[in-house]
Amino acid sequence: MNATHVSENQRARAAIFQRLREVPVSPSAAPDIAAYFRERPTVLAQSGVSRVERFIAQAKGWRTEIIEVTPGTWQEYLAELIQRKTLQRLLAGRGTAFSAGLQRALGDKLSWYDEDLSEIKPILFSETEAGITTVRSGVAETGSLVVWPTHNEPRSLSLVPPVHIALLYASDIVETLYDAVTSQSWASGMPTNALLISGPSRTSDIQRTLAYGAHGPKELIVILIRDDAPTQARA
Amino acid sequence: MSATEHIVRPEDFKPRSREAIADPKLRSNFRGAMDFLIERRAAQFPEGATFTRLRKVGEGIRKHALSRLPDLLDQLETSLQRLGVNVHYAENSIDANRIFLEIAKRHHADMMIKGKSMVSEEIELNQAMAAEGIECIESDMGEYILQIDGDRPSHIIMPAIHKTKQDIAKLFAEKIPGATYTEDVDELIRMGRSVLRDKFRDARIGVSGVNFMVAETGTIALVENEGNGRMCTTIPDVHVAITGIEKVVEKLEHVVPLYALLTRSATGQAVSTYFNLITGPRRVGEKDGPREMHLILLDNGRSQAYREEKFRATLQCIRCGACMNHCPVYTRVGGHSYGTAYPGPIGSIISPHLLGLSETRDLPTASSLCGACGEVCPVGIPIPEILMRLREAARNDSTDGAQALRGQASARKAVEALTWKAWRILYANSFLYRPFVWMATRLRWLTPTHQAGWTQSRAPLRPAPRALRELLAQRQRRAENPELRYVISRD
Repeated sequence: MNATHVSENQRARAAIFQRLREVPVSPSAAPDIAAYFRERPTVLAQSGVSRVERFIAQAKGWRTEIIEVTPGTWQEYLAELIQRKTLQRLLAGRGTAFSAGLQRALGDKLSWYDEDLSEIKPILFSETEAGITTVRSGVAETGSLVVWPTHNEPRSLSLVPPVHIALLYASDIVETLYDAVTSQSWASGMPTNALLISGPSRTSDIQRTLAYGAHGPKELIVILIRDDAPTQARA
Repeated sequence: MSATEHIVRPEDFKPRSREAIADPKLRSNFRGAMDFLIERRAAQFPEGATFTRLRKVGEGIRKHALSRLPDLLDQLETSLQRLGVNVHYAENSIDANRIFLEIAKRHHADMMIKGKSMVSEEIELNQAMAAEGIECIESDMGEYILQIDGDRPSHIIMPAIHKTKQDIAKLFAEKIPGATYTEDVDELIRMGRSVLRDKFRDARIGVSGVNFMVAETGTIALVENEGNGRMCTTIPDVHVAITGIEKVVEKLEHVVPLYALLTRSATGQAVSTYFNLITGPRRVGEKDGPREMHLILLDNGRSQAYREEKFRATLQCIRCGACMNHCPVYTRVGGHSYGTAYPGPIGSIISPHLLGLSETRDLPTASSLCGACGEVCPVGIPIPEILMRLREAARNDSTDGAQALRGQASARKAVEALTWKAWRILYANSFLYRPFVWMATRLRWLTPTHQAGWTQSRAPLRPAPRALRELLAQRQRRAENPELRYVISRD
């Protein structure tokens, strides 16, 4: 920043703050948000259907593909999925709880996101057919995924490749976004990027016609690991 | 950038509205789109009580934030600086565009890729950068379509609703190299995707708007379906976000109910595809994300709306567009007639602060005061009431020692003011009023049959043959003397 800029910025800042501060405004208390969410169970939560089932129904509504597996079978089903979709080039992050399993399931079709974006860009934009990431939480109310990218699993991994494969434990599904934000104390340590993802990228900008794959992934596939009630899952 | 950029001014609201009303294709496009959005929203709030409860929370959050606005901006700035974000203040669009230009020059960038941002429309960023030889490319599909056509958005959420897929098919075939004419929407989206992918990959600077900012964490929240917002804020080395000073809330948990209200009110979705929470630039060890991040906080007249309590609620707006979707005037005249970045009812109450009442004095009159906008507003802005206050401010000086608005009383007409004054004197004094009424009823045959705008679609106004007072006196006499019944004829 050069000196002119600094002084221009100070001039604008001072003027704006002066205009705002000279206004007498009576205080207005923040509403009790916790009470609102406590008193308002979602319609589905009252239906008696289990939280995981509700997550699945909602997620499918956004055109998320759900594959139910068990902790013992996820690699097998993932391999089958890759075969079925004829995906050849996959990218994932090292150093997660799934890395070793991914390597076993996918072999040489899998590459790791090891380099800086500037170096991996050509591969990421032109060659990679699917990005695989872990998921922090699922949200039952809206069928959404909470994804917190890390240095192992960068932001662009769930964004640039045309297919996003997400690995989610059923026991990580919470009721609402509000539950996730408060029970996991997000405000005390936000990552660079926190995402709520609900379905593949979409647009209705051309004559209100829904089309998928606007700029992000065209497909979102969740490998849902049923660690909650293994008997219900495909075993 | 097209050379045929439409020049639209809010002063031309009336002639442009007349043109729009006479265009059956435009009217059917808007009617169809608005019905679609109204229905989608209604499906999200099946019972009024659900909406009312959530709206109360949303309104409370925005009122709370505005009541502490300077403190929260201070806190936001501290949080952002701790994260390494450059915070800039802009009093007006000149300031804001200068900041963009400085950043672009420092990075030797001749191109920026931009996510949807209404504030960037407000400051006319694309035009300002083009004048300096910097291309600012829209990446939202709707905005991209408009940009390659040299057109402007007509709705804040669905910018290209005034175009049909045939219009877009023709446009793409003409403007995108190698494209062939197709009306297949999936194919059209694929074309747009492929052109813009290269831009995301190569751009040095990504530009975005902001839906909410959180003072306690320095987080900025972006709501979108397409993923272009994530692209613009993730891939380029530099991210510049621009927004109005009013968008801040205190706590992270405050954005949760606002987000629920925004997506449901805007497009009738329980959630958007992406809810993107950004807290600072790339941190040590991370492999992607911008290395440099800027936030430009724009005033541009917002502090004028803040000054007086009767206008302050205008700043509660979360830009969902529900008020325009439900507005009978907007639906008929379309977004372009307004000649402002923000059309419809919300535009009519915000634009007078951004541009001055003199240019925008017709906008607050673009309402039948049916109240639909106020009813659907997810943060409880009393839009009809504020429209009335702006109409008053456009024609009268400020009262009670309040500071005048920019363009206050600019719509005042001397003849009209004098007429009302005479009227007041006449009606307040019975010694003037009685002879006046006697004359008016006797000379009613002199009333002109053409009465300016009134008789364009209505029967002419004429005084009654007899005043009520006279008729009552007659009736009284008849009651006292029934014989007279046949003598006094009906006039």
